[in-house]
Order: sequence, then C-alpha cells, then structure tokens
Amino acid sequence: MREVAVIGIGCTTFGEKWNSSFRDLFIEAGARALEDAGLAGEKIDALFIGNMSAGRFVEQEHIGALIADYAGLATTTHIPATRVEAACASGGLAFRQGVTAVASGMSEIVVAAGVEKMTDVASGTTVATLAGAADREWEAFIGATFPGLYAMIANDYMHRYPLTREQLAMVAVKNHYNGARNPIAQFQQEINIETVINSSLVADPLRLYDCSPITDGAAAAILTTMERAREFTDTPVKVLASAQASDSIALHDRRDISTLDATVVAAKRAFRQAGLEHSDVDMLEVHDCFTIAEICAIEDLGFCRKGEAGKLTEEGVTSLQGDLPVNTSGGLKACGHPVGATGIKQIVEVVQQLRGEAGRRQVDAKVGLAHNVGGTGATVTVHILGV
Amino acid sequence: MSVARFWRKIPQRYNLIGTKCDNCGRYFFPPRTFCPVCRRNGRILEHQFKGTGKVVTYTVIRAASEQFEHFTPYVLAIIQLDEGPRLTAQVACPPDKAEIGMRVKKVFRRIGTDGSSGVIHYGTKFVPE
Repeated sequence: MREVAVIGIGCTTFGEKWNSSFRDLFIEAGARALEDAGLAGEKIDALFIGNMSAGRFVEQEHIGALIADYAGLATTTHIPATRVEAACASGGLAFRQGVTAVASGMSEIVVAAGVEKMTDVASGTTVATLAGAADREWEAFIGATFPGLYAMIANDYMHRYPLTREQLAMVAVKNHYNGARNPIAQFQQEINIETVINSSLVADPLRLYDCSPITDGAAAAILTTMERAREFTDTPVKVLASAQASDSIALHDRRDISTLDATVVAAKRAFRQAGLEHSDVDMLEVHDCFTIAEICAIEDLGFCRKGEAGKLTEEGVTSLQGDLPVNTSGGLKACGHPVGATGIKQIVEVVQQLRGEAGRRQVDAKVGLAHNVGGTGATVTVHILGV
Repeated sequence: MSVARFWRKIPQRYNLIGTKCDNCGRYFFPPRTFCPVCRRNGRILEHQFKGTGKVVTYTVIRAASEQFEHFTPYVLAIIQLDEGPRLTAQVACPPDKAEIGMRVKKVFRRIGTDGSSGVIHYGTKFVPE
C-alpha cells in the first residue's frame, strides 16, 4: 500500500444558498481545491463524490457523470466518476474511496468530494428524506424522525450517566463559538446556554439548538501519493489512517443504545493503522448532528470513559483553548450539515488546522482526527491525518 | 408507501408476526429471513409475539414529517418485547406519563394515511399495561 497525502482542499460557504444550484456548489468547491493544489483538472485520474440524496432533494441521479461533465472532464479526459452513498457519512466514504484508489496504485491523483443541496424542497420533505438514513420500514414508517432517534439516545444516556441538560447545551455553545470564527460557517453568532435551553422542543430532550441545521454546501479534497505530493505543495498532509465500520441500520437493534459500536470499532482500526495513541491526537472533527452525538463520539472514539464527556465539555477541555479541541470548524451544529459534504468538510478543517491556516480558530495541532457518521451509527468512518 | 409495499408486511404490522431461528432459538422483530448468528445453518420460522414488553427509551416527537404532523406531540419508544427483540413503536399515552422501564402491551391502531385519498395504514402501537 502506498502512503497517501492531501495536496489540495476547497469548500463553499455553508448555508441556505438560494443563488447556488447543485452544480454551482460542487464546481465551486472543486475549483478551489484544484487552485489550492496548483493543479490542472486534466491531471485527475478519478472522482469520488459523496452525496446522500440528490434524487429526493433535487430530483437528480447519476451524480458522478453530472459532476464529471460540469467539471469539463467528461468529454475531454472521460474521467471515471463514482458517487458513493452512506447517508450523512457519504463524504467520509468518498474520502476513503479516494484514499483506497491512490493507496492501491489504481489511481495517481484523485478528487474526493461531497455535495448536498437541501433547501430546494420544503422542510417536511427534508425531514422525511433524512429519516431514510435510518430504517425506513421499521423506524421512519412508524413515526420516527431523525432528531427523534437521537433524542432516544439522549434519554437512554441521561438515564444511565450523569449528563446534565446544561452540559448538553454547552456542546452547542462551544460549537457556535467556533463557528463564529469560521468564515464558511452557516451560523456566525455566539450563543449562550439560555438560548439552547429556551429554544423550542423538537424531540424531548432535544431542542432546536441541539440540532444541526439544513444546509447547502460542497467540499473537495485532492489526494495523491506522499511520494508525489511535494510536486504540488510544500504542505502535504499525510493520511495516517482510513477506517470504516458498520452496525445495524435500526437503532433498536444496537447492542447498547448509547454506544455507537461502529465508532468504537472504526476508531480502534484507525489507531492501529496509524500506530498512534489517543494522546497523540491534537484535535477532532466529530459528527455532532445533535449535541448528544458529540458527547457519544468523544467517548466512543476512546478519548474518555462512557459518561465523562459532559464533564470534559463543562471543564472546557474540548474548547478551542482546551487540551483536546473538538469541532474547531463549528461542527455540524454551527458550520452546517450539507449531509453528503460534511465528511469532506471535516477533512478540509483538519487540513487547515494542520497547515496552520485556520485563522481565528487556529489550534496547535500536528495530528487531527475526522469522525463521520451515517444514520444513527450504521456507518462510521474515522480518518487520522498528520504533518 | 405504495399499496403493495404496505400490503406485503400486513401480518407483521398488524399482528407482530416476526421470526425465530429454530437452530439457536433467537427471536427477530422486525423479522429477519437470515439468522445473523447461525447464518447458513439457521432455520427461520414465523413466530407470533405476545406483544408485551417494556420501554427501553423514548422521546416525545414535537416536529414530525408531513405524514405525522397532525399527531404531534406523540410518544415514540424503543420497546423490548418479553421474548427479547427490540422494536420502535409509538406509545399511545400522554407524553408526561411515558417513562423508561414502563410495562406496555400492543394495540391495533391507525398509524397514518397516505395523503387525503390514499391508503390508511394500520399497525401496532403500545399502551401502558
């Protein structure tokens, strides 16, 4: 297996982008990544695109070909372009496909991208579409919503472990603080605990400010071998590990409602691959689709014991100034969550941090980890990057 | 949900007909036609669940998808059936009466409607025992 490096990154701003179409979004992100790598599009061997549900959001399938076409690479180099899907982990999966292609020797230079255009349909349709990330037949059909499933995780967790409502709110407060320092974030305002606790209930105990928003956006990363990386950049970021794991599609079939076993397993695989300890990791981008999800992620990745992440958050350990900054981008909560793009945006954030290009949210980091979850934990990817 | 898609699962949705692996004795609801433990050695048979169990965790849905909007707020729970398997179901009780560990039993209820002129979906909800 060859060593792989990220040599370019690009991202659109995240938000309700009424002026941008599905095509506009991915072209913008892709062009920025190519510019960042100082690379001509014709040099790219393959495209991998994470996208959850263009079919329902913009009634468009066959995304690989569409993107190749509008990138100007379909009729010229006839580039192989592949869409990958794992609900909200589609981006993480696309990145992993790109890593695999380069590591194996099948490809030399690939683009791993993610895109989602979510605001062209009414919010009821969005809620129903996202519920398809869970078990449509035996969860969504019964009346489960996506926030509802995470709310059941939260209730189970709070019944068993000492997590307070305030600690849960602190996750959102922290991520909004970080988002306010990220120019691409959907939410640029800081909030306080009262904002979260007084917001409307979505699914008890989760309130509006416990939930990530509906977002349009795209992100792209360019990968090549570590050996060739210096041809394109002085600051290659090495992919130290790429791991993926599965679990039951339905939350009710999990061994433990409050533990994402796929996160536990993917993290173990990733740390083994990288040959690193948890103490070697300087910052994390974790999948905080809901505040409770960040709490579970920190624990299930192995950074503390079950039941301790609330206290860590309260003590400021996970803040920008803390020992283990979590979701420096603002996370899904404040940066926004265009589902197919999120996994790549996490990579973009880790790369910016490791290169020292994160501006007002810069932390001191040599090794970063990105954790992307599909559904309520049926697919998880964990990537560790380092400089 | 199309008529055929709903119709083919009527025994499961109306009467909690799940499956059981005769080789290892594990019960499955929602039903599985392949035993994840015994794999090719499994022997899957239909099984009628008693329909009693307890609430493992729950939530109160306040913001629902279009099909369930007019039911809000409603209690959604993961229920562990006495035979072992867990499923997701609505509990027909006031939101402030729901609690973890509560004993429940199945009831036949309307789950939803496919638009104003579409098929009415019936199925299983639970009530406090």
